[in-house]
Amino acid sequence: MTTGILLQITQTLLAILLAPLLMGWVNQCRAWLQGRAAPPITQPYRVLRKLFHKDAVIAHDASPLFRFAPYMIFACMALAAGIVPTLANDLPFSPAADVIALVGIFALARVFLALAAMDIGTSFGSLGARREMLVSFLAEPALLMVFFTASLISRSTELPVIVEALAHKEFVIYPSLAFAAVAFWMVSTAENARIPIDNPTTHLELTMIHEAMILEYSARHLALIEWAVALKLFTYSALGIALFVPWGIAPAGDLAALPLALLALVAKMAVGGAGLSLLEAVSAKVRLFRAPEFLGTAFLLAVLGMLTHFLLEV
Amino acid sequence: MAIVFPSGFPTVFPPDSTPVEFAWAGVLFWLALAAAAPFLRRARGLLALAPALCALGALAMAAIGLAGLLAPASAIVLPFGLPDLPFHLRLDALSGLFLLLLGAAGFGVSLYATGYFRHMETGALAMVMLWYPLFLAGMAMVILADDAYAFMVAWEVMALASYFLVTTDHAIPDIRRAGFLYLLIAHIGAVALLLAFGVLQGGAVGEMEAYTFAAMRDAEQAPFWASVAFLLALFGFGAKAGLVPMHVWLPEAHPAAPSPVSALMSGVMLKTAIYGLLRVSFDLLNVQPGWWGTLALALGLVTALYGVIFAAVQSDMKRLLAWSSIENIGIIVAGFGLTLIFHADGKGALAALTLTALLYHALNHAFFKGLLFAGAGAVLHATGERRMGFLGGMIRFMPWTAWLTLIGALAIAGLPPLNGFVSEWLLLQAFLLTPGLSQPYLNMVIPVAAAAVALAAALAAYVMVKFFGVVFLGQPRAPIPGQLHEAGWPERLGMLWLAAGCVLLGLFPPQVIALLAPVTRLLTNQTLVNDAGGAAGWLLLAPVSSERASYAPLIFLLVVLVVLLLVFVWVRRVHHGRARRADPWDCGFPEQDARMQDSAEGFGQPIRQIFDGFMRVERETPDPFDPHPQYRGDSRDKLWLLLYQPIADLAARLSALVGRLQHGRIQWYLIYSFVTLIFLLVFVTR
Repeated sequence: MTTGILLQITQTLLAILLAPLLMGWVNQCRAWLQGRAAPPITQPYRVLRKLFHKDAVIAHDASPLFRFAPYMIFACMALAAGIVPTLANDLPFSPAADVIALVGIFALARVFLALAAMDIGTSFGSLGARREMLVSFLAEPALLMVFFTASLISRSTELPVIVEALAHKEFVIYPSLAFAAVAFWMVSTAENARIPIDNPTTHLELTMIHEAMILEYSARHLALIEWAVALKLFTYSALGIALFVPWGIAPAGDLAALPLALLALVAKMAVGGAGLSLLEAVSAKVRLFRAPEFLGTAFLLAVLGMLTHFLLEV
Repeated sequence: MAIVFPSGFPTVFPPDSTPVEFAWAGVLFWLALAAAAPFLRRARGLLALAPALCALGALAMAAIGLAGLLAPASAIVLPFGLPDLPFHLRLDALSGLFLLLLGAAGFGVSLYATGYFRHMETGALAMVMLWYPLFLAGMAMVILADDAYAFMVAWEVMALASYFLVTTDHAIPDIRRAGFLYLLIAHIGAVALLLAFGVLQGGAVGEMEAYTFAAMRDAEQAPFWASVAFLLALFGFGAKAGLVPMHVWLPEAHPAAPSPVSALMSGVMLKTAIYGLLRVSFDLLNVQPGWWGTLALALGLVTALYGVIFAAVQSDMKRLLAWSSIENIGIIVAGFGLTLIFHADGKGALAALTLTALLYHALNHAFFKGLLFAGAGAVLHATGERRMGFLGGMIRFMPWTAWLTLIGALAIAGLPPLNGFVSEWLLLQAFLLTPGLSQPYLNMVIPVAAAAVALAAALAAYVMVKFFGVVFLGQPRAPIPGQLHEAGWPERLGMLWLAAGCVLLGLFPPQVIALLAPVTRLLTNQTLVNDAGGAAGWLLLAPVSSERASYAPLIFLLVVLVVLLLVFVWVRRVHHGRARRADPWDCGFPEQDARMQDSAEGFGQPIRQIFDGFMRVERETPDPFDPHPQYRGDSRDKLWLLLYQPIADLAARLSALVGRLQHGRIQWYLIYSFVTLIFLLVFVTR
């Protein structure tokens, strides 16, 4: 039990510390693909350090909710990162929340961010909040359908059981998972404010979604939000790995498998991050009202995956 | 089972009183309050205390409900009623649970009402305090009734009392219109219920008293007539609950009432319809074909989506909450349908799971919707404004109201670790378990139907961000009246009670489920097993099996709090806590003002654009040169036009035809009487 808790804390801390690295890697890859000189991979850490050192500037009318929200968002993401198996399986936190509760954690963080964006009462803040909630209400059912497909195979919504069923049992090809994986990729680009739904590097306020919500934040509050965003990308990547390519995650209680698990995690994340930046480099951001079509496609793919499961795998 | 009292307890009740006798005493207490109210016009101080007394009665009722939930069923026959059918009352686990719901939510709302009604003019207050306790008593009697006659009388008392409460501000034509619509649909529903009870009684044989529920339980029900009774009951109770397409009265009537009454109507009265549905389908009817469940599931899902889509485009805050009630009723009825499906298929454990989910959601909704209506009422009371386009920034003026309402908003949006999440989680688990069903088509369709629940839940978050963000956050969109005041202490205490309910129901699901177990045992002969087992059982919720799914809100909350605290301390220690205030940045645009924020219409615009087909949109776009432009976009319910308008037109045309007979001249009426007389004479003498 004690080892379990120690391992749990280690895994969560590792996720928190490694998350900006993944962000830096994605930025670096994208810069290469765009033919620019890339920033160093540690650039996000420098940005965070700079932000933490600055004095916070807060609007006159900001309510306590505005100052509380970044901490809340960060805490939610840390909890999510603790629940998803990244290195070892079946850690003590994991019974606290299954995949449906995980969707709930992400939703909680998002609602706080949207509310904080509306708190000061600027035009871009409420615009961003509205768009964020629009994207999320379309993405959330699709994400749940992806999880349902995965959970129909393992007959469980517990992440450790899902991972166990895929990684440590005999190898079976599940066609339904292929559909679910594509749908998951589409949903996670939307949820993480990446191209084609949102552009994290945009400088044009009118097209912003996520960035429009955090325009009023500065210094430590902004740093916490940026870190939480990096952590969210990391958690989604870990989730994708756990659902679709879980090989390498250490089985419950197997300490010897941990170094290999860390190696596998880094390799998979590096490939995933490179893939993300490649897709971002070759595609363009879609108009906001094309987002329902994009996410509707993701939803249909996930449903197809579920039907495939019933037709082929039962 | 007799209740044991400490010595020195007032000996009004004989020592072996059963819970149902206490419940009847509680109802009498409310009736006495109602009867006394008109005589207290002179004693303003006493009159203002009446809501507090109602609250005390509600608290007692909650305790009685709890006793009824845990004790074996008890019944009494009252010494009045029809000559050969006196009123029968019975308190079993199902009644106990709904009585608990009524009492617990009613306590918070009545406490809030103590403050809310304080500023009313004396005459109006006396009227409200006549109908308010009567409304509570009517709802309690609906839950306690054990024969069709008592049920219908209580049902009508509830409908009429709430009608008079809805039309409290009857000087406003719109409110009179809303009240009329409510009364009309309530009575169409009541007629359907009357017929349903008639059909149920039709099969009764033997020496049981006619029209008692006991007789109906024992009746031989032919499958066809059972289905007729079920459909009539679904129609009648659906009209009260606001199931699509009988929902049209709800967004009109609930906002029209004073806020505590809105809270009671949405939070508690709608649940009496759910109670009725459960009572008729699981207790009175002996057979439950599977297609009933499919029908109820489809109706529930349509209602949930319809309600939440319309909630998202409302610009009046109380109307938004009313539409959101329709959504929640839809989710509850979907759970009801799923329970029927599992029950008909012989999957008792799964039926117990969905039944638990729907009862849990009913309980949750009573708390969070009561809280939200109370919060909206406090804003309305302070500003005199219901239109969200004229509100904003209330969190700065009314922090208590704002933070308590935030709890309700997060709870209804289905966010962990609050209560709304638990019931939706249980329901989604049930959807995932359908692959055990014997009909293959249901296996494939139902998990997809879970997507509808997920979509409704996600849209509910959108609605609540809109509600809370537009009303409580940002800048005031219209000049704030100078004397803007925070809600008083009775209001705050009432809201605190309801908010505490939301938090506790969210944090202790294993305990709540244990509390619901007698009801699931009564209706499905099964209880939901919490498979967490051992020491973890009190904090871990694991329906069906712990391998399958589990959720522990306490751990969840604890981890979030610990991380929150650690990060806060770390940021302050390692870095600093310096902050200075400045003007908002907003991308350096200097001329921003409160009108540039999203209005309620603006926030709902994406939903309006995506779900254009469902609604008829009326727009008033301002002139570009207007110095004070006002944009108005109103989304109307298409069903009203498609379904109700033709009926209303037909009724109008028929009455115009009948109107031709009416000339207002005495000669014509004499001729009518004469012709009728001749006709009858011919008829009789033949």
